[in-house]
Formats: sequence, C-alpha cells, structure tokens
Amino acid sequence: MAEQNFFRKQGESDARHNIKQNTAASEEDLLGQIGEKDGITDKLRRMCKQNKLAAFSAVVILIILLMAVFAPVIAPYGEAEQDLMNRLQAPSAAHWLGTDELGRDVFSRLLYGARVSLSIGIIPSIISLLIGILLGLTAGYFGGWYDYIVMRLADVMLSVPSLLMAMVVMYTLGSSITSLFIALIIVDWASVARVVRSQTLSLKESEYVEAARSIGVRRFTIMIRHILPNCIPSLIVLFTLNVPSAILSESSLSFLGIGVQPPAASWGLIVNQAKQFLFTQPWLCLAPCIAIMIVVLAFNFLGDGLRDVLDPYMKDQ
Amino acid sequence: MTDAAINNTKTENGKPEILLQAENLSKEFDTGKRDSKIHAVSNVDLEIRRGETLALVGESGCGKSTLGRTLIKMLPATGGRVLFHGEDITAMSEKKFRPLRRKMQMIFQDPYASLDPRMTVRNIIAEPLVTYHVCASKKETTARVLELMQAVGVPTEFLDRYPHQFSGGQRQRIGIARAIALNPELIVCDEPVSALDVSVQSQVLNLLKDLQQQYSLTYLFIGHDLSVINFIADRVCVMFLGSVCEIASKEDIYAKPMHPYTSFLLDAIPQADPHLRNEHRQVLTGEVPSPVHLPEGCFFHTRCPYATDRCRRERPALRVVKGRQVACHRTEELEL
Repeated sequence: MAEQNFFRKQGESDARHNIKQNTAASEEDLLGQIGEKDGITDKLRRMCKQNKLAAFSAVVILIILLMAVFAPVIAPYGEAEQDLMNRLQAPSAAHWLGTDELGRDVFSRLLYGARVSLSIGIIPSIISLLIGILLGLTAGYFGGWYDYIVMRLADVMLSVPSLLMAMVVMYTLGSSITSLFIALIIVDWASVARVVRSQTLSLKESEYVEAARSIGVRRFTIMIRHILPNCIPSLIVLFTLNVPSAILSESSLSFLGIGVQPPAASWGLIVNQAKQFLFTQPWLCLAPCIAIMIVVLAFNFLGDGLRDVLDPYMKDQ
Repeated sequence: MTDAAINNTKTENGKPEILLQAENLSKEFDTGKRDSKIHAVSNVDLEIRRGETLALVGESGCGKSTLGRTLIKMLPATGGRVLFHGEDITAMSEKKFRPLRRKMQMIFQDPYASLDPRMTVRNIIAEPLVTYHVCASKKETTARVLELMQAVGVPTEFLDRYPHQFSGGQRQRIGIARAIALNPELIVCDEPVSALDVSVQSQVLNLLKDLQQQYSLTYLFIGHDLSVINFIADRVCVMFLGSVCEIASKEDIYAKPMHPYTSFLLDAIPQADPHLRNEHRQVLTGEVPSPVHLPEGCFFHTRCPYATDRCRRERPALRVVKGRQVACHRTEELEL
C-alpha cells in the first residue's frame, strides 16, 4: 500500500540502525559512556556560581548562626549584665552598639537574642512544614472524609487570627520557649497543608502520575517520588516566608508580655523595650531591626536561589 | 505483520490465542447528581489476540481511552468482566492483580505530560525496574536502562538529561522505553502519535512495529487518524458512543465497511489527490447523543440516514455477518 511505504521509508533507516547498535555495543562500553550525575553538591556548586546573591545570603545566615551558637565566647558582656552608671549610651569602643536603659550592652544582647530568635524562626517552621506536607499530601491524594476532616481543621486554624491563636496557646501552656514553638507550629501547619493539598490535587491527575500508576508504583512512592518534588518550589517560598513571620510573631508576643520573659533577650523583646527611646536614642531600636531585616532578606534570597537550582528547566541557563 | 508471525500466534487447533477478552464490559462515571450517570462504555464484547495490533477507532469522547484503561484495570469496571489469559481480572484484588500489572503497560498521548519533569531519563526508565526489583544492583539497572534507550533509539549519552531537553518524538521514545522495560505482553497505546509531527509519527510507528516483532508484543492501539490505523493495525474495532459498531480485519474494514458509521468515518479521510475530490462525499449531520441520556435502540440511529423503526426501538447486538462482527440490523441490505 502506498501509505505504508511512505511511513516505512521515513523512519526505516534510523530505527533499524539503532537496533543493530544494540547488539554491537557491550555492557562495559555503555557504562563507560554515562555522564556525571547531577548530585546535590553539584547543584549547590551551580547555585553559588549562578546566583551570587544566594551564595552570599547562605554565608550571612551561616555567620549569624555561628555567632548565635558562640554568643558566650564572642559577647563582650553578659546577657543581663547591668551597668546602671552607663545607661542609654551612644555606640562607642566599649559598647559597640551602645547600652539600653538598664546599662546592658546592646551588642551582647543582640548576640544572645539571636539564639532565641533564630531557633524560633527556623525550628517551628521546619516542624510545621513536615506536618503540613504529611497531612496535605495524604489529604490531597486520598480525598474523601479524611481530606474533609484535615481541611476543616486547617480552616479553623486559618480563620482565627494567628496572633490570637498563639496567645491562647501561650496562656494555656504558660510562657516558655517550648510553648512558643507549639503555638507557632499550630498556627503555621495549616497554610502548608493547604498549599501541598492543592498542588497534590492537580498533580495526581497529571499524566505522569497516571503513568506511574500504570506501571504499578505504590501510592506512597508516587506521593514521595512524583508529587512531593513537584511541590518543592512553592514549599521553599512558603518556608522563606514562614521563618521571618515566626521571628516577627515572637516579637509581637514578647511585646504583649507573653513571649520570651526578661531578662532573657530576643530581638523582638529588644525592639519593644527600646521603642520608647526611638526619638532620643534611635540606635537601640535600629540595631535589632536591622538584624531582623538581614536575616529575613538572607532567607528570601537563599530561597530564590534554591528554587532555581532545583528547577530542571533552569539548568541550562 | 508477516505471515510467519501470524502463524506463531495461533494455537495448535489453528485458532488464534486470545490474550485479553472483554465480556459485556461497561464503565459508568458518576456526574455528582443522583440518578444520572455518564455511560462511557456500554456492554462491550471484545477480544485481543496474542501478537496482533487491535486498533480502537472512533471520534473524540466515544470512550476509546476509557475502554482502553478499563481493559487493563486502570479504571475499575462497573459491569461485565475482563479475562486476561482466561483469568477474570475485574474482580481481582489489587494485591493479587499486581503481578499481572507488569504484563500490561501503557503509552500515553502527550509526551510532554507523561514524563515527570523533575526526573532524569535514567530515573524515568528505571522506575518500572525499581518498582518490581527487577535488577539486583544499581549498575545492572543502569545497564538495562541503556539497553532500553538503544532499543528505542534515544542516544545513551542523554541518560542524565531532563525530559524538557528532548523533542516530542524523543520523549515519546522514552515513554515507550518505560513501557517495554518490564517485557509486558500487552501495551495499550493511547493515541501515541497524535501529538507528534507527521514525519516523527512515522518514525515512532515504525519503532512500535519493530518492537512488536522483537519483543512479541500485543498492542491495543487507540487512535482517530485512519491513515495511521491503516499502517499499524491488524484488526480494527470501530466505536461509537461507548459501544462497538464493527470489528474486522483492517483489509475488510477499509475495503468494505459493514456499519454505516464506519463508512462515514472512511469517507471523512481527506483526499490527497485533487482529481478525486469532486467525488460525492457523505458527511454526517447532527450531534453525538449525550452519553448521560443514551438514546433507545441503536445509539447511532439519530444520525443514521438508513435508520428504521426497528433501529429506534431495538438495540442491535454485535453479531457475526459473513465472518465479521457488526452491530447493525440492516447491514445485509445496505450497500455502503
């Protein structure tokens, strides 16, 4: 038939050629041909090369983390060491960032405060991310009454103002770092679960998930291998937004007197105590504010860089 | 397919071996409203013989893909049963069915959507191998993946590339490599070339034919392009509104259709030769009836110019006429 010949001629040479090749090449030759694998270290190296800002941000975050960890070594004064003779001093060689109304060294308090603020920013965000992923993935994939219950719970969490919810938790459990963690996790998981669920709903209808099902891949493997990796860009964005918002929530709670209790220091607490001197001694307020800003910005830039490097489409650019 | 290949597929008593058989198979979808269902597939009887390519043809929305998926238990059937090697798979539990799942694979229509954009070719093709623990070591898996890449004609140096770095034809080859990785017996090809350029279509079709011989595969080929079907199919099953109109060998269907709908489909093929174009061409009028409210009698009677009162009352069963299967009351009297 004429049509058959037409089809045959066009593709014949290449298909035949390949099948012949198949028998010719030995297994060892094949294994030798494999290019280098694109591992996580390669990805990070590429990020440093392509996105200088992200690399710089990573370094900044690392330095701040180290400073927080080694605060007792670095800080020139104690966390709550008072020097009532030298109150409200301007920055000087003795007190790099001046002193507050009780004569405490602001730089030292900033270092100690970084411990509280960073752990509050990072740890609850990670935990709520994990909870949100678990609940969102399963709810989106399985659907039905399980999905209904999880999503109504999330709705309840999201309908109450987050600060109010955190206050309720803090009052019930008492003020401590642990209850602050719990309060922030309870507030944050719902938004993560929502995002993951909506992504899962659309991804589970995609043809490549159907292809995985047609192969016989098990449901949990499909969730972990196909759906979760495709949620990662939105999760990175969400995480970089959650970290600063947790730091700020802690500030608000501390301001209301139910967060970190003085004389312990946190960045939010320092801002709130210093705000009465905003016009006369502005450096007291500015120092912790700038610290918060640097951390928030660094996380955002790092998040951007990570998202790009994990995106296979960006690899060639 | 060569004569020798056809002979191979026959059992000792000369009858072709049946790989998969559908009996009175139906698939309905809920619309969300009470007492209203979409009848995607209605009472289909069908058999797929080992080693052949059976083509499912019909217009968009006639339930071709749904039937294809129901046959390999990607969708649960709502009525009737499917026999694979004579074993009923419709009632089988997922756990019991799992070893059989390996034997039935799928190739998808859209080569852009059917590959996970975040996986490399290596991982995509290795997925079926990893899922069933086919290979003992990572090295063995890689060797098998490379072998498959060569079999489908994807250059092996692209092992760690992502799908978006390939052309449509190459992506479809990757999808085919994934489908044949487990040495399946049956592959459901859901319009595998309709998203490709014409020149690439022929390459992929030739590849499918070569692989069929090499690995003695059986294809259920879903499609709507009749020239593609003419090239690849051994037998053709014409569907309309979820039910079978006619099943016959490719030669019979193209030479002499026995169902009015088949003849309309064949008349709709664009004519390449301008001198033949002024020949009278029959064109179907009217709309396809809604699959929610199926018409009484023959599903095709609302559009059929030959319909009689009997066609409006009584649904024609698929019956054997002159050695072919056709579902039409008047097929003997009509000159199509």
